[in-house]
Amino acid sequence: MAEFLQFAFSGLTVGAIYALVALGFTLIYNASGVINFAQGEFVMLGGMVTVFTHAAGVPLPLAALIALVVAIIVGLALYRLAIEPARGASPVTLIIITIGASILLRGGASLTFDKSFHSLPPFAGSKPLMIGGAALLPQSLIVLAGAGAIVIALWYFLTRTLSGKAILATAANRLAARLVGINTNAVVGLSFGVSAAIGALGGILMTPITLTSYDSGTLLALKGFAAAMLGSMGNPLGAVVGGLTVGLLEAFSAGYISSSYKDAVAFLVILGVLFLMPQGLFGRGGMERV
Amino acid sequence: MSMLAVEGLGITFGGVTALADVSFEVKPAEIFAIIGPNGAGKTTLFNVISGLYPPRQGRVRLNGEDVTGLPPDRLARRGLSRTFQNLQVFFRMTVAENIMVGRHLHERRNVLAHLFTLPSVLAQNRATRAKAENLLAFVDLSDLADRTAGSLPYGALRRLEIARALATEPKLLLLDEPAAGCNPVETEEIDNVIQKIAASGVAVVLVEHDMKLVMKISHRIHVLDRGRTIAQGSAADVRNNEQVIAAYLGRHGQREAARAQD
Amino acid sequence: MRRFLEGPYAGVLALAILVAVLPLALPSLFYLRIAALIGIFALVVVGLNLLIGYAGQVSLGHAGFFGVGAYAVAIGPTYLGLPAWLALIAGAAIAGLIAFLVGRPILRLRGHYLAVATLGMGLLFAMVFANESAWTGGPDGMPVPHLDLFGFRMSGARTWYWISGVSLVIGAWVAANVIASPTGRALRAIHDSETAAQVLGIDVARYKLIAFVLSAVYAAVAGAYLAMFDGLVTPETAGFLRSIEFVTMAVLGGLGSTFGGIVGAALLVLLPQVLTVFQDYEHIALGLIMIVVMIFLPAGIVPSLAGLLRWRRS
Repeated sequence: MAEFLQFAFSGLTVGAIYALVALGFTLIYNASGVINFAQGEFVMLGGMVTVFTHAAGVPLPLAALIALVVAIIVGLALYRLAIEPARGASPVTLIIITIGASILLRGGASLTFDKSFHSLPPFAGSKPLMIGGAALLPQSLIVLAGAGAIVIALWYFLTRTLSGKAILATAANRLAARLVGINTNAVVGLSFGVSAAIGALGGILMTPITLTSYDSGTLLALKGFAAAMLGSMGNPLGAVVGGLTVGLLEAFSAGYISSSYKDAVAFLVILGVLFLMPQGLFGRGGMERV
Repeated sequence: MSMLAVEGLGITFGGVTALADVSFEVKPAEIFAIIGPNGAGKTTLFNVISGLYPPRQGRVRLNGEDVTGLPPDRLARRGLSRTFQNLQVFFRMTVAENIMVGRHLHERRNVLAHLFTLPSVLAQNRATRAKAENLLAFVDLSDLADRTAGSLPYGALRRLEIARALATEPKLLLLDEPAAGCNPVETEEIDNVIQKIAASGVAVVLVEHDMKLVMKISHRIHVLDRGRTIAQGSAADVRNNEQVIAAYLGRHGQREAARAQD
Repeated sequence: MRRFLEGPYAGVLALAILVAVLPLALPSLFYLRIAALIGIFALVVVGLNLLIGYAGQVSLGHAGFFGVGAYAVAIGPTYLGLPAWLALIAGAAIAGLIAFLVGRPILRLRGHYLAVATLGMGLLFAMVFANESAWTGGPDGMPVPHLDLFGFRMSGARTWYWISGVSLVIGAWVAANVIASPTGRALRAIHDSETAAQVLGIDVARYKLIAFVLSAVYAAVAGAYLAMFDGLVTPETAGFLRSIEFVTMAVLGGLGSTFGGIVGAALLVLLPQVLTVFQDYEHIALGLIMIVVMIFLPAGIVPSLAGLLRWRRS
């Protein structure tokens, strides 16, 4: 039982991060139809920039804030310089562009920072709480609470603010949104900014637990993508459920089966979802119109 | 024996009934028109018959054989071909190549032979090309054979789709708005082409908004409204049917009706 | 004549001539070595182009098949006592078989979904190569024995230049054959409209699978060549970045243009050579090139230049 709880705790913690990555995918996908393969780099940036500004003597909260701002600027720049000029391009073209951006950011990070692993001090001590014989790190609670707060803030933003409603409207019907006077380009830009912020926050929260390095983004992006698909691409609630599910599956299979193929779980999830329920958990059926 | 028999066909999309209990039969060499106001379910009906959507109820028979739910490529083997309202031309291929794709089922498809271009493949390519040129002459597109299809005007693309569908040597041809977007001269050409196709023994099912064309060339007309059959018969029967006038002509077709009387 | 020049065979002939005379122009073995590498990567891209450029199906996992070929010529002779040439053929066959088995379900997916599923597939390969150390040497990889043919040892830049060059010409010729056949027309039709292709009787799943298997075999052969040329294979041979490199080569040179794929391969092989001085900038440069070319030359370098020429002439 203690073992089971232990795996569950670690699964939920990483799952919360996957959920944030999945939310980032979802936001951009909804607003623009683009799947942003550079989504994981926002998480990497959040962690790495915090680590290095903190190491340079900046207090942790300020370092985190700087990292957040850097990630948002990168997100907006990605949209403005790489996605918007290629508007209307085919999926293959957009895939190459966002992968190019991901490699570019990774290369930039390895130059600006370095190629080793880094960590941050836990935000609230490192003395684990014992629950049912399993250890729960305070940082895990912070990750879960932080992810929860981000989800609620995002929900509030999307349903209660004008900018957020503009994103939802654009997602529902781009043309109609433009007809009622929404600047849909600005909305897509906004979705990149918000996605970057969500990713960076995830990176900041998780670094004390999981370490970060210049190339930690790729795997995170894929796992986030698996989560987003499991929860039906484009569905924010699904992204959260998907993220936690992928995290749990990964933790249990690492614990009970083999840890060397832990990273394979996400892809098996992707394949399983694609073949067994292509619409995901929260999807509705649809047919192509000809 | 009917070439196509549709029996009690029904389909719904997310709770909305798009087709309900539609039945009719089409004989070889017959031109059978399906008309109805926008949203009546005409294109959906075509998509069900040609295997793109599986029906919820009913059966489709081709030449007596039950083919309900078979995928489109299986139906093509049994002699069904069609065109599309929203043109599905292979835009990056040349006009001749578009037609050559239509010959697919009549070509030997041994991939190993293709890998090493055996002489038989070359001979076959030449034969396919010659056949394509005949069909292009039939729809009057010979001059454009080596142009990229994407660069063709709209009316020419409509005829290209018809020629490509004919390349499969169909026994049943579904034409979805073949004259849409065409000028009167082009419409006239398409009218001739359709009549020639039917005269060669092919069963033609036609969805068309141009009432003048429909009334002129159709042997029988089937009227749909909101997914249901409201009338069937000759041009004269349909024109004088009160339900049809109320549902279709009465709503926004007065002018077309008047034109059709000319 | 005009049809020949615009058709796929003119490129094959030009390529054959280029391969034959290039050694005369190359001043040293160093350049010959780079030319051999270009030939090996171009072989992958010519195959991948059938899948991506003609059939319109993305794969971000072909480094996996590349790795199957590479590990086959390492494991076969080392553990199973197979001669290297037989291991090469076996590797290509196994890659084709895996592609056949995996392809049918995976190719039902489209666009972004297909991209991610193939990416996951490629990563699974890389994970197996890194984890099954008893067979693969784990993360450090394993040495690859030499290829011996007819009593001769195939080693050195000059030998491998000819092996890869001749293989590339044959590969390009086979690809040109496919493109000019009913199979090629079916693939291109699927790219433009799957629905119309189906309605004309094309078994869409079958043709996608054919392109997938063919491209996997091309990749496996090239992977075996690279492993034997280098004398070493590591999991990075089959890594995620490799797959991305392959697709970038294909897209950079121009999808649907066999010659373009070769140009793309040449550019990406030469890039790190030019950038050795600033080795750390390699990824930044690769990323920038991917973005900039996709924005300004979405059709790829060769088709865009060809279009420009045609436009100038008229």
